[in-house]
Amino acid sequence: MADNGLKKHKAVRKGVQAGWGILSNGHFKGFLTASIYKGPLKNFCVPGMNCYSCPGALGACPIGAMQSVFDARKRKFSFYVVGYLSAIGLLVGRFVCGWLCLFGLIEELLYMIPTPKIRIPEKIDKALRYLKYVFLFLFVFALPFFYRSSLGTGDPFFCKYICPVGTLEAGLVLAILDGSIRSVLGALFRWKVAILVGCVLASIFIYRPFCKYVCPLGAFYSLFQKVSLLKMSFDQNACVNCGACARTCKMNVNPMKNPNSTECIRCGECIKACPKSALKFGVANNNTK
Amino acid sequence: MKKTLPNYVTLILLLIAIASCIFGISRGEVKTVAKKATNICMECIGIG
Repeated sequence: MADNGLKKHKAVRKGVQAGWGILSNGHFKGFLTASIYKGPLKNFCVPGMNCYSCPGALGACPIGAMQSVFDARKRKFSFYVVGYLSAIGLLVGRFVCGWLCLFGLIEELLYMIPTPKIRIPEKIDKALRYLKYVFLFLFVFALPFFYRSSLGTGDPFFCKYICPVGTLEAGLVLAILDGSIRSVLGALFRWKVAILVGCVLASIFIYRPFCKYVCPLGAFYSLFQKVSLLKMSFDQNACVNCGACARTCKMNVNPMKNPNSTECIRCGECIKACPKSALKFGVANNNTK
Repeated sequence: MKKTLPNYVTLILLLIAIASCIFGISRGEVKTVAKKATNICMECIGIG
């Protein structure tokens, strides 16, 4: 029974992820003309990672938008984007990662390729999870904010040197569609393609490796996971310690020990896997674990 | 009373986040974001 519910839930979630991905990249004309959308929706950020230079993108990428304010010639803190992302984090925590991120969906689809899977030893995995905070604070906050070239210009360090989302959704697509862009690609593009290839290969063997170890947006939302209004509650009295929830979780979270772990992407699969309904989503249900 | 205290903390933080967002909009950050988002980002696509 729980198994059927879990299968249906997985299908619904994939549908929501794909639907959101199509909706937020609905400027289909851009894929034919190698151009990007320039309308008023670009004033707003989408909640998940989605490169604003993707020909289909209708909204701005929050991580890119944040850096664009930080690295402006006149140094500024990005109150608009930080406030917007904090509000989302305070409302739903990392729910966006599990339901509204196109790149997360792509990683999940790659993981469905039937190959032997790699389970990284717990200690190494735990240490690597901190990397995403390094990317957030160093590459998204500190370097764009403090670094200035001799010309007084800054750089969006994460977008420029790391982000495989931009390479996949914008770089490769525009390089294929536009010969003038293709003709000026050099070492930086090759570096970014190498990161993307590494990310794609890793995703086949490890569940959502970019989200676990690199994504600065997931790191940002995770800061609010413990105080968000949407919370997961665990009823110890209903639990029969079968461990189905922990076995189901591919983010390697044990919901019985830590239902609101910073690593939980709130996909809800553990809730469906539980035969006793001991796990639930609720609004600010702070009286449970 | 004790049970609902964290809810207040969340709501206060939420108000601060919304205020931060409004402050950012009032000093023209949206324009900076839109300017970046409506032009092909050379760094994002790997040109630099």
